[in-house]
Order: sequence, then C-alpha cells, then structure tokens
Amino acid sequence: MANFGGAYNTIAFDANKCDGCGDCMTACATAKVGVGDTARSRIQIVGSADDGFELALCRQCADPKCVTVCPAAALTKNYASGVIDWNGDKCVDCLLCTVGCAYAGIALDAGTGHVAKCDTCDGAPACVPACPHDALTYVTTSRIYNEVGDWEDLFAPGLAGCQGCNTELLMRHTLRRVGPETVLATPPGCVPGMGSVGFNGTTGTKIPVFHPLLTNTAAMLAGIKRQYKRVGREVNALAIAGDGGASDVGFQSLSGAAERNEQILFMVVDNEGYMNTGMQRSSCTPYGAWTSTTPIGKGSGGMPAQGKTQDAKNLPLIMVNHRCEYVATASTAYMEDLYDKLDRAIQASKRGFAYLHVYSPCTTGWRFPTDQNMEVARKAVETNFVMLWEYNRTDGLRFTRPVDDPLPVTEYLKAMGRFRHLSPDQISHIQAKVVENLAFVKQMAHRQSA
Amino acid sequence: MTEHTKYLVVGSSHAALEAVTAIRMHDAEGSLTLLTRDPHLPYSPTVLPYVVSGRFAPDGIFLRDEKFFARLGVQLKRGTALKALHAERNAAELADGSEIAYEKILLATGASPAIPPIPGLDQVSYHVLRTLDDATKLNAAIKNSKQAVVLGAGLVGMHAAENLVKAGAKVTIVEMAKQLTDGYFDAIAAGLIEKAFTDNGATILTGSRVVKLAPSAVGAMLTLENGTTLEADLLLVATGVRPNMDYLAGSAVEHDRGILVSDSMQTSVPNVWSAGDCAQAKGFFTDDKVMNAILPDATEQGRIAGMAMAGDPGLKQYPGGVPLNTYHFFGRHAISVGSSRVPEGGEMVTRFDEASGRYLKAIFSADNRLTGIYGVNEFFDGGVMCQLILRRIDLSPVKQRFLAEPMKVGREIMSKTWR
Ligand SMILES: Cc1cc2nc3c(=O)[nH]c(=O)nc-3n(C[C@H](O)[C@H](O)[C@H](O)COP(=O)(O)OP(=O)(O)OC[C@H]3O[C@@H](n4cnc5c(N)ncnc54)[C@H](O)[C@@H]3O)c2cc1C
Ligand code: SF4
Repeated sequence: MANFGGAYNTIAFDANKCDGCGDCMTACATAKVGVGDTARSRIQIVGSADDGFELALCRQCADPKCVTVCPAAALTKNYASGVIDWNGDKCVDCLLCTVGCAYAGIALDAGTGHVAKCDTCDGAPACVPACPHDALTYVTTSRIYNEVGDWEDLFAPGLAGCQGCNTELLMRHTLRRVGPETVLATPPGCVPGMGSVGFNGTTGTKIPVFHPLLTNTAAMLAGIKRQYKRVGREVNALAIAGDGGASDVGFQSLSGAAERNEQILFMVVDNEGYMNTGMQRSSCTPYGAWTSTTPIGKGSGGMPAQGKTQDAKNLPLIMVNHRCEYVATASTAYMEDLYDKLDRAIQASKRGFAYLHVYSPCTTGWRFPTDQNMEVARKAVETNFVMLWEYNRTDGLRFTRPVDDPLPVTEYLKAMGRFRHLSPDQISHIQAKVVENLAFVKQMAHRQSA
Repeated sequence: MTEHTKYLVVGSSHAALEAVTAIRMHDAEGSLTLLTRDPHLPYSPTVLPYVVSGRFAPDGIFLRDEKFFARLGVQLKRGTALKALHAERNAAELADGSEIAYEKILLATGASPAIPPIPGLDQVSYHVLRTLDDATKLNAAIKNSKQAVVLGAGLVGMHAAENLVKAGAKVTIVEMAKQLTDGYFDAIAAGLIEKAFTDNGATILTGSRVVKLAPSAVGAMLTLENGTTLEADLLLVATGVRPNMDYLAGSAVEHDRGILVSDSMQTSVPNVWSAGDCAQAKGFFTDDKVMNAILPDATEQGRIAGMAMAGDPGLKQYPGGVPLNTYHFFGRHAISVGSSRVPEGGEMVTRFDEASGRYLKAIFSADNRLTGIYGVNEFFDGGVMCQLILRRIDLSPVKQRFLAEPMKVGREIMSKTWR
C-alpha cells in the first residue's frame, strides 16, 4: 500500500504564546467565506477562563476517522498534500464526520449548512501569518523527509553504536546529503567506533572512508582534497570528528587547515567528551558535568569532587575567529535548520573551509534514557545552553533560531544524570554562564552585522 | 476444485470495507476475498435517501472502485450470496452452489428491512429502502406519487418521507409508538421534528397501528386500528431492520438478536468473526450484548475484526457500543450521543428555547461523567461528546460552563487531552 511513508506539512500551535486575540479566526473566515465572522473560521481558538487557550482544528490525521464514516465518499485523504479533502458536490450533510472526529476538526458552518474544515489554504494557511504572536507556525520539515527519503543511505545498515545514539542519525542524514561523490575522514571516536571504518576488511560506508590519527585529520583530508583537484576530479572532502579530536589534540591541524582556507567540510559531532573510550572529559565538556575523569566523590585535600571544574571551550566561536568561509552550529532536534546549514556548508566547502558544529547528546555518557535524545537536544536549545547560529564573512554572525523566552537551565540539566549531583552554587554558575555566553554571541552578531 | 482463501470477508459495506483495510495494514499479502450478494460496487445504505431524491445518480455513490481492490490484492465477488456457513470445516457455501474454503471469515452482512406481519401486506406492492436497487425503484415511483404512506417513523422512514414531501406528494407517516423517531430522540426533540414535517404539509399519525392492507385502485388501502382508512399510491415500509444471518441455520455460531461476538468481534466458533449491523456486541453502558446498528459502530467493529483476524498486535478491545445519531431534516439538525437513561444518582439537565427551537439535554452520572447529550438546532461536536463519554472524563470542575456552552467547553477539553 503505497499510501504510507510520506511526511506532510502541518500547522503547529503554541498555546503559551496565544493571547486569544482571534486574529487567526478572522483571517480564516475572511479567506474562506469572505467575511470576518470568527464563528465561521475553520480554526477555532477556545479560551478556558483560567488557564490559557485551546485549539480545535483539523489534524489532517493519517488514519482519519471522518473519512471512514463518511457514507458519501465526500472526504478523502489526499496522499500528495496530506490534507483531508472535502468534496461539496458529494456531501449529503449527514454530519457523521463530525461524530467521527474527536477534536472538532470538521464542524457545521451554520452560514452554509454544510460541514467545513481546514484545507491549509493549499499550503499557504491564512491563519499563520495573521497571528501577531507567532503562536501558529506552518511546519514544513516534511519536505526534508520526503526528499531525503529517496536518496541513497550511504551508511552501513547495521552498526555498533549505542542504542539511541544521535550520531547514527547525523551520519545517515549527512552522508545522504553530501552524496556519493565524497571522501570521508573519521578520526578515532564514536563515528569509526560505530562502524564507519568498517568490519572485516570492508568499509561501513558506501563511499571511500579513511581513519586518520586524532591529531592530523584536517591535514590529511586537505591533502587528499588537493590531490583530487590536481587530477581534476570534483569531490566533497568531509571530516566527521568528535569534539575531543577537534578541540584537543586535533586542534592544531584543524586550525591550520582553516587558516589555509582548505576546501573541506569539517563537521564536529560534539557529545562533550571522549565517549567512545569510556567517557573521559574533553575541553568541550561543560562545567559541573560528571565524566569518568571528572568524578563525583570525596575528592582530595578536603575538596569534594563535583564534576568538571572548568567551563567548556567554545570551539565554534574560535572557528569564527579564523574567518572561515562558513561556520555554523546545529542540532538534530532542528532538522530543517541543520539541513539549511548542511547545504550552505557544502557550497562553502567548494570555495574554502566550512565548519559545522553539531551539538549531539550522548545517551550513554550523559546518562539519559535512550528514547530521550531529541528531548535533550531540544532542551539544550530552549534553555540557550547551546545556541544555533551561522557565520559567513559577508553577513557576519546571525542567530538562526533565536530563543526569545528561554527556559531556566535546570530544565536542561535535570533531563540527564551527569548533572544530578550539582549544588545550587554550581547551578547558578551554569545559569550565569548561559547568560554570559548569550550576551557574548549577541554582541558578535551585532558587531558583525553592523 | 474448491477455491481457497486466507481471509474471506462477507459483505461489502462499512464493516467489511474497514476490515479489509485493517487486514491489509498488517498483512499485505495473504489472499483476501470479498464476497457480497449486492451486484454493485460498495456503497453506503446511508446515502440512499439522496438517490431517492435524485440528488445522486445511482452510479455516483460508490465508496470504492475496482482499482482499489486490485491495488490491495483483494478478489471481489459481487452478486453472490453466502448461503450456508460450514464452520466445522472452514467452508462457505455460496448461493450458486460453489464453496470457498477459508482460514478466517468475517460475517459483515448487515441488516435488511424487517417486514411486519400485517395481514394483507403480502397482497399489495410496497417499497423498502436498504439497497441501491430499492433506492432506484423508489426514485422512479416517487415522481408519480400523489399520496404516499410511510410505515414507521424511524430515521429511514423520516428521510424518505422528507424526500416524498419535497417531490410534491401528500405524505402520511404512520407510527405505532407515541412519538416520532422513538429510541433516537426524546419527546421534545420529536415534537420539533414533527412540527417541521407538518409545517411542510406532511400528516403524522403517531400511536397508530395498521391492522389490514388490501389492494385498491390507486395501489393499497390501509386500515388503522381505530377503523380509519388511508389510500396510498406509494407505500414504504420502514419499520426497522433485522440482521442478515439466515446462513447460520444449522451452524454452531451462537446468535441471539444478532450474531454474538466478543470484544474482539470473535464469534463463539473458531476462525469466525462478525461486525456491523448483523453483530450483537457489548454495549458501552451495559455488559449485555446489544444491537447498535449505526454506521460509526459498523466501521469501528469492522476495524477491530480485521485487526484481530490479521493478528495485528495493535488491536484495542471494543469499548462497547455508544449510540450516536445525527439527523438532518428540512435544513435543521438533531444530534444524539450516548444513552437517554439517567443513571442511578445521576442528573438530567434540559434547556429549551421555544422561540428559536433550540433544545439541549445532557445527562450525567452520579460522579459527573457525561452519559448522554441531545440537541436540536443546538450545535455541538458529536465526536467530541462521544470521547467525553468513552473516556469517562470527570466534568465536575466545568459542569456549569459545559451546560452553558457544550461546544466550546467540549473542544477545550479534547484539545487539552491531545497535547
Ligand atoms: C436509508 C438509511 C439511512 C441511514 N442513515 C444512517 C445515519 O444517518 N447514521 C447512521 O449511523 N446509520 C444510518 N443508517 C444505517 C447504516 O447505513 C448502517 O448501520 C451501516 O450501513 C451498517 O453497515 P454494515 O457494513 O454493518 O452493513 P450493511 O450496510 O447492511 O451492508 C451489508 C452488506 O452485506 C451484504 N450481504 C448481506 N447478506 C449477504 C449474504 N448472505 N451474502 C453476501 N453478502 C451479503 C450486503 O450486500 C451488503 O454489502 C442508515 C441506513 C439506511 C438504510
Ligand atoms: S457531512 Fe458530508 S462530509 Fe461529513 S460524513 Fe456526511 S457526507 Fe461525508
């Protein structure tokens, strides 16, 4: 049944931002029936006196009950757009569909005597831009899945990563996007550990992959890229390295390649430590975090051990100071943003050095349940613990997903075990650091764009 | 050679179609045969009033086409009835004498009009409305009718009566019960419906029983209990339905008023399931098995049966049938969801505005769960109300607001349960 597997755009509602102004309903009614009568809008905001606003809107279900109970075949799931289409020529006004829907997504329009429902205005919903508070968004991420789903997966079908590992997602998406005309460098770390360099004499990728030393990844890759250029073959030179390999011992060759503006794309999978070898600290490990080399316990000399005592190095900002062709931070919880950046990084790597820093939660090393990866990644952004931005020499630095109203950092910290021991003082230190980092990046964004 | 199929689905209406979809969700390959006695492609009995009225051509109402079945790898056999079920050897005997051996069978044969035992009825010609062929015949007859009589004021009879009124006939509705739409709507709602009909020129005789029929010059002569007579050039019998299960004669499949099924739609016999208007399953408000012959329940039961037959681990047991009716008459709407019985210690609240004809009735259990809600010209979302009932949502904190604005508060609650 070829009907499954597609992803669709959808209208999302953030109840916290809604103040019940009703502008979306006016816009909908105006677009659909030519008058601003909110009762006739297909999106209905209902206020509960005490606690905010709720929504009645067609969810465009994948397995729609309204369609199954319609006796007239007037409702059909459109597998191209995802929308449930209503055909007024067939409808007999029996209202059975309204009995089928649990969310009042299809209801009687007293003005016409027929049922009415949201059709997403053919992909440009009138309600969304009408909302003055950004409570409504039209989520178009599906575009990525539909497009990417058809591309070849260039990573091994089976792999040795931990269950729930974010890096697998990143590998599969990134390799799909860069495509088969690519040479991949994966220095020691989780990426080769989970299988990119292969097993039993075969590679774990369907593209050439090599395993440089931790110290010389950027140098080796730059040399290979130059050789390809010399023989006149266009390839993407891609490194996928861990934060340890990039920010610690590998930094010298990374910095050198950036300074020489080598035409490579260097992606860092930042899981904030040497997770592959037993969860040791790296210079990207954040303050207060437990690792096997920043333990929790009695400590010595009367100083209890409370996790890492230094703040993390901000590697992507250091890369900005190399004035690279392109530098960006990204997160798998924001795929659309990640893809935009991948596209720009690939383009930039044809001209010079492109650097992409992906914040990548680690279920094993950070101590959170395997199904919580996206939640942890999202919380990091929602609290401003990490920030999503991009930089190029012409436009400077700009936030791609500014968080206007950040959650307290504790919302992030409490999502995992490596921060469980934190004292109130340590938490204040981290919260202060978040504020300071934000101010710093904001200042850069401001300065660069001025 | 006997034909063999993994899944045999009998019937081609709502319950059967949902079962086919559910089976194919889980088992894309297993051989599947859909057998129906109807000669046409699948359609819903519910739209037949619109074939009668002429709004739709008979070939404009099909729910699926041949391509659908081809795409799903379903063999469709039309115009062939199941004559006898030989469950002991997993075989279905068809009207044409052939046999199909099955691994699993679904009986989704729905219902047919129940014909009351009135003396003389077999001497006159009359219409019923359940199949497309019935509707086509009635559509032809309606154009020439000057004086029509409808026996039975259930929703089928009322729909047809409205068609006849609109076609210009003088229509009389004869109903044994004291009110119209008995069992669907209460006396106040029925009064509103009756008024709409009489305002449009229909005559309504409730509490009346036809005791005799005889052929007459124009068609049929009806004699009522009180001695009055009526003449009809068109007679429609719409006095309820009875499940199609004659093929069970001699089989071990337990049946009562319908085919008795478990919460996964399985009958008393292995490899045999049943769903829809022919099945008798648990009620939501009682553990007794009830007949809940409505379209939404037919789809729900059909889906459960299909999932059970295919061994889909996602199967959720049947929560029990909730009565649900929507009725559209002369541009107005009546909706009923749930039970009209007030549970012990419970409460019934009504609101009626005679001027506008807006009527609302809500019934709550002792612990403030909604058990039933009825409205005429008072719009609320039937699906939302049904969920409030099924999920037994505690309405204590919002009861007064709910009664003032059932639509708004219902939407609010369901939106909350979603997020
Ligand atoms: C005029 C009218 C209006 C209605 N309006 C509403 C409404 O507004 N709301 C509502 O909820 N419900 C309404 N209903 C009822 C609704 O249509 C039924 O509940 C629903 O169709 C039941 O579906 P089903 O699949 O169980 O059976 P059915 O629709 O009865 O279908 C039974 C199928 O089995 C086939 N069949 C029967 N016997 C055999 C056999 N021996 N061998 C092979 N095949 C067989 C038939 O050909 C048919 O395909 C209405 C019904 C009518 C007639
Ligand atoms: S009101 Fe129209 S769309 Fe809804 S179920 Fe009835 S016929 Fe179908």
